[in-house]
Amino acid sequence: MKNGMHFIRGLFLKDMPQNSSKNHSSNQQLDVTSHTPKSPRTKMVRSSDDNEKKNLVKKLKDIEISVPIVYGNIAFWLGKKASEYQSHKWTVYVRGATNEDLSVVVKRVVLQLHSSFNNPMRVVESPPFELSESGWGEFEIAITLHFHSDVSEKPLHLYHHLKLYPEDDSGSLSVKKPVVVESYDEVVFAEPSEGLFARVQNHPAVIVPRLPAGFSLPPVPAEDADKRKRIDPKDNPLTQWFTNFSEADELLKLAAARQQVQAQIARVRRQLSLIDGQHQQQLKPPSEL
Amino acid sequence: MDAKDILGLPKISLPVSQEKKSRPQKDSQRKPDGISREVYALTGGVAPLMPSIDVNQLKKRQQQPENEKITWEWLSFTNSARKDDLKLYHWVRVVNGTPPSGDYSFAKYNKYVDVIKYTDEEYEKHLTDPSWTKEETDQLFDLCERFDLRFVVIADRFPSTRSVEELKNRYYSVSRAILIARAPSPADVSGHPLVKEPYNISQEIDRKRALSMVLSQTKQQERKDAEILSEAKKIMESRMAAKAAQDAELAVTSNTSPEGMEKTTAPVETASPSNIQATSGVAPLMSMADNAAAAAASLRMLRVYLRTYALDQMVQAASSSAGLRTIKRVEQFLQELKVNLKPKVPTKAVCAEHLELRKEILTLLNLQKLLQSKEEGSSHREGSYTETPDTPKRGIDQDRSFIPDSVSFGERVGKRDQKRKW
Repeated sequence: MKNGMHFIRGLFLKDMPQNSSKNHSSNQQLDVTSHTPKSPRTKMVRSSDDNEKKNLVKKLKDIEISVPIVYGNIAFWLGKKASEYQSHKWTVYVRGATNEDLSVVVKRVVLQLHSSFNNPMRVVESPPFELSESGWGEFEIAITLHFHSDVSEKPLHLYHHLKLYPEDDSGSLSVKKPVVVESYDEVVFAEPSEGLFARVQNHPAVIVPRLPAGFSLPPVPAEDADKRKRIDPKDNPLTQWFTNFSEADELLKLAAARQQVQAQIARVRRQLSLIDGQHQQQLKPPSEL
Repeated sequence: MDAKDILGLPKISLPVSQEKKSRPQKDSQRKPDGISREVYALTGGVAPLMPSIDVNQLKKRQQQPENEKITWEWLSFTNSARKDDLKLYHWVRVVNGTPPSGDYSFAKYNKYVDVIKYTDEEYEKHLTDPSWTKEETDQLFDLCERFDLRFVVIADRFPSTRSVEELKNRYYSVSRAILIARAPSPADVSGHPLVKEPYNISQEIDRKRALSMVLSQTKQQERKDAEILSEAKKIMESRMAAKAAQDAELAVTSNTSPEGMEKTTAPVETASPSNIQATSGVAPLMSMADNAAAAAASLRMLRVYLRTYALDQMVQAASSSAGLRTIKRVEQFLQELKVNLKPKVPTKAVCAEHLELRKEILTLLNLQKLLQSKEEGSSHREGSYTETPDTPKRGIDQDRSFIPDSVSFGERVGKRDQKRKW
């Protein structure tokens, strides 16, 4: 038995030194490239006969494209028309942060409602990706975003707690003012394919980093700008209630906080060096003092 | 019954008659066929739940002697297993006047081992060995025959001290060589077990050593070994899972394998830190930078993920070296700075700033801890100086007594500097 133990340990021991060297090399690579995509290396994924196809599928390493989204719900109290089981009319949705059309990357959205609803699994195939229902209870909705095949094969899961009643308990329920709860997030696509990059680089819903000079993408037929406007979600009546998320406020706060912390760090460092100096003096023999 | 007499209750006649009825029933049950009454009584007088002997069989045995005449006679017999002609006597069951034939029934148990006998020529030709003299080999074979290949006994009796494995090795190799030499063709003997699987002395020594180690394991060691085995199992399984995940992906980056190994080496380290000495080289690898790189690699593997999820992973990676209390203190700090624990607008820039802020707070807390420990260290030293009565240190004592306690260190920095200048 013990022999077996030694064997197993030996296995891992053997593996570890190799890995440590592997680690070092790969980490160095990562450290160099993770800060700024200096020269994104392209990787061949599939080799097919068609050259163009090959190019479109090539993955852009160290590049990420992100789509800022906002998801949440708006709930209206029905007031006089409210019954015991239908006290609110609510809409749960996923939208682009600036109300842009998400269908450029999102193929469909699947929403899983509470089991007490008929057909609790609802699918929305086209923008605006929202679902309206009436009910009385708050529950967690599982939102699954399915993307186009060139974007990602794996879906992404979001969770939103449906809110019908306002935060302040005694707040009077108003028919005119809805309860709005939204969450901001960004969907990050790491190492997008060239084809996808080319397709979305000019779309307002997508944040695309600037490619370094000398990097050329294969030409992709530009989408008709007019076509896009036809399904413009800006015509949505709920738009007036949407919150405007701005990063400026948070960036300011964070910067201020960081300054404070850095000042404290400097102070503590000074104190430490003082003590070190003191200790050195203590170590000197008394005749030198 | 007596109680009823005392109480004056009338005796009920019915149960008495019932008893009488049940008794003859029991009597008829008591006499099973085929077994005598006394024997049946030995079993407790109750019929067995599962009759082990078929009752019909018992009756049959008694039928045979009715046909034949059986007598028992005191006769002599010979034992073919004996080398002399000793004749002993015993009782023999004689059927119809004819005594039983055949050898003494126990003679068949006298078995011998076929120990090979070689001639001197054969020895010269095939069996010479640098570490064995002919004399020793002859002695060995003689002992083998005497003691039926019981090597433990042979090793004990052997004139020169040789280990059991050495004796076995010599015996089996000699036998094998003789077999092969005497065989008309190698094909004939190839089926013989000695030829097919030769005695491997080194293997045997290792096997016995391992066995003795296992047998002499204490309970603690057993538990430790079981732990290590389960850890190894988990690691293998996680490796399999990681491999499967890699295979499923279209593009496999080179980062995944070192990352996977990183994660697996960590549990191995924690499992047996004292036993494995070589892991000291691996420990320094578990730095924050590596954790962050591993987290980044795992995110890239996902291809699609939410920014908030990414931030969580990076925060976890950064604070992996810190304990739970430190993490709580970081969060407290953030709250004091009026910063949201999870940013409300997690854009790329905001998340990066947030992560950097957390890292800086961690650094600050670590520095503060270091400062505290150093202050305590210096105050200890001050205390020891004041206690020792040695003359050369008294000069320092006088200096030190002016310096205030380390508690208010931070605020008194300026004053102390002034004092030291004289």
